[in-house]
Amino acid sequence: MTEDEPDIVQGTSLWKDAWRRLRRNRLAVVGMIIVSVIVLASLIGPPIIERATGFTYDYIPSDSGLVRSFPPFTSADGSFSWTHPMGTDDAGRDLLARVLLGGRISLMVGLISTLVSLIIGVTFGATAGYSGGKIDDAMMRIVDVLYAIPYMMVVIVLLAFFGGQSPLGQLFLLFIGLGAVSWLTMARIVRGQVISLKNQEFVLAARASGAPPVKIIFRHLVPNTLGPVIVYATLTIPSVMLLEAFLSFLGLGVQAPLASWGSLAADGIRNIAIFPWQLIFPGMTMAAALFSLNFVGDGLRDALDPQMRKTD
Amino acid sequence: MLRFVIRRLMVTLPMILVVVSLTWGLIRLAPGNFYTGEKVLPPAIEQNIREKYGLDQPWYVQYGRMLSNTLHGDFGNSLRYQGQSVNEILRNSLPVSASIGLAAYLLALLVGVTTGAISALRQNSGLDHASMGFAMIGISLPNFVLGPILVLTFALTFFWLPPARWEGFWSLNTILPVVTLSLVYMAYIARLSRSGMLEVLRSNYIRTARAKGLKEKDVVIRHGLRGGLLPVVSFTGPALALLITGTVVVERVFALPGLGQYFINANLNRDEPLIIGIVAFMSITVLLFNLLVDVAYGFFDPRVRY
Repeated sequence: MTEDEPDIVQGTSLWKDAWRRLRRNRLAVVGMIIVSVIVLASLIGPPIIERATGFTYDYIPSDSGLVRSFPPFTSADGSFSWTHPMGTDDAGRDLLARVLLGGRISLMVGLISTLVSLIIGVTFGATAGYSGGKIDDAMMRIVDVLYAIPYMMVVIVLLAFFGGQSPLGQLFLLFIGLGAVSWLTMARIVRGQVISLKNQEFVLAARASGAPPVKIIFRHLVPNTLGPVIVYATLTIPSVMLLEAFLSFLGLGVQAPLASWGSLAADGIRNIAIFPWQLIFPGMTMAAALFSLNFVGDGLRDALDPQMRKTD
Repeated sequence: MLRFVIRRLMVTLPMILVVVSLTWGLIRLAPGNFYTGEKVLPPAIEQNIREKYGLDQPWYVQYGRMLSNTLHGDFGNSLRYQGQSVNEILRNSLPVSASIGLAAYLLALLVGVTTGAISALRQNSGLDHASMGFAMIGISLPNFVLGPILVLTFALTFFWLPPARWEGFWSLNTILPVVTLSLVYMAYIARLSRSGMLEVLRSNYIRTARAKGLKEKDVVIRHGLRGGLLPVVSFTGPALALLITGTVVVERVFALPGLGQYFINANLNRDEPLIIGIVAFMSITVLLFNLLVDVAYGFFDPRVRY
């Protein structure tokens, strides 16, 4: 940059810059499109299916005397039909409707658990970073310790012993359990950011004007860590969804009549040799969603934090 | 260095006690008991059961006994598998999980590092894009979806490999579980070693190595890999904790009699001694492994001092 450059250059903000970079990342854009399609379909799909075919996620047709799973695009007499684009499950329920419901639940678990982990991680990391000294040491030692324990085993114990009461209670346990084990990296990231920010003038100014530490942390420091936090949160969503799927696969996650992609896949595995579509559709939808979310997360990282960018 | 190891070993024990206590607390806070079932027991029988397992004593006595058991490494008898001690179950199932897990991780290291390093050397080539896309699939595809699909393809359609059953490690049966378990780590390792290598290959000491006229092979292997693999080394610690989750799933898919299967069943059966035993054992393994990784880090990176 030279000094005689005209100063009418259009100002650009961090976010505008990031958005421009993100749009140029083809994989991230494709990822965003796929994620939007899946989110939209799980939101508006079920009512549309109900209108069109009368099937909901838990509707079991009464005339299916002998329970049989229909292949995709097949009707009861074996001819082509649009009624079940993904086929049906063992009980004759429409698989598409169930996959869309599973999407709602899986995405909800991903979002809310990530939110829980965000709240814990940001609070913990920012407090440690701002306090510094012995408090910081102690708090980060706790994080180190927690990193090293096989926490999923504790979550399994939690769900096995406290779960199974009601479908909604189970979801609540999942939010808490998964959120409580995925905040560690977030805490480290936020702490690092806060440490690098806390000696800057605007913090000094806030302190000089008498702002209490809590206000300095949450009003002045945390908003400035938003970039990395958003990036990491985006990458936490798919990993939490994967954990939820593990637990549902083991029969400890989402309970019937609700379904998630993990629980649907678990149901499908039992019949894999005869009714492969029962596994393929939920499994592949889930893989597509995670795949795209990961690409969006990677793209966001490259866009928001060019210094971290190693993939160019 | 020695002081570092000793200090770490000293915190290991309290940490295991914390994990075990947490697990025990969860089990005891949960409603119900291992003997409560469909059938309501007559009070006399219930009284006998409670006495036999020491449940009639105050909680701190029971807690103290559990801690002392853990410290002695003797977890008592399983409540469900009659006549088997927890230690026997651990001894029988550990080799299954450990051999599968180790083989999977070694396979992942071998393939992952090679792919990652080649991708870094041929950055932005078709090969690079293909292997990174493949790695992303590996990260996103849950292994309980991948496993059955592999079974369906290789065992039930082409009949190349047996689908399931445990016949010892050295049999064709282990191929599918190991591959299934390994794919996700392969993907992570490939990504980590690629980005690590990319960074290192741009660094000054690599330029120095090239400038002093080393052969490209030596530059890449002797200097590049050593620095570029550091992220992979530090991934090994968390990977082990992940590997445990993975084995639980893979053992379920392939019906392997490993620790993970026992752990899930113990949870469903409320088999408290077995749960405590497995949690304690796994925590020790993970903690010691993490220590080992941290020590190894010092050998790989001469800048690290303890």
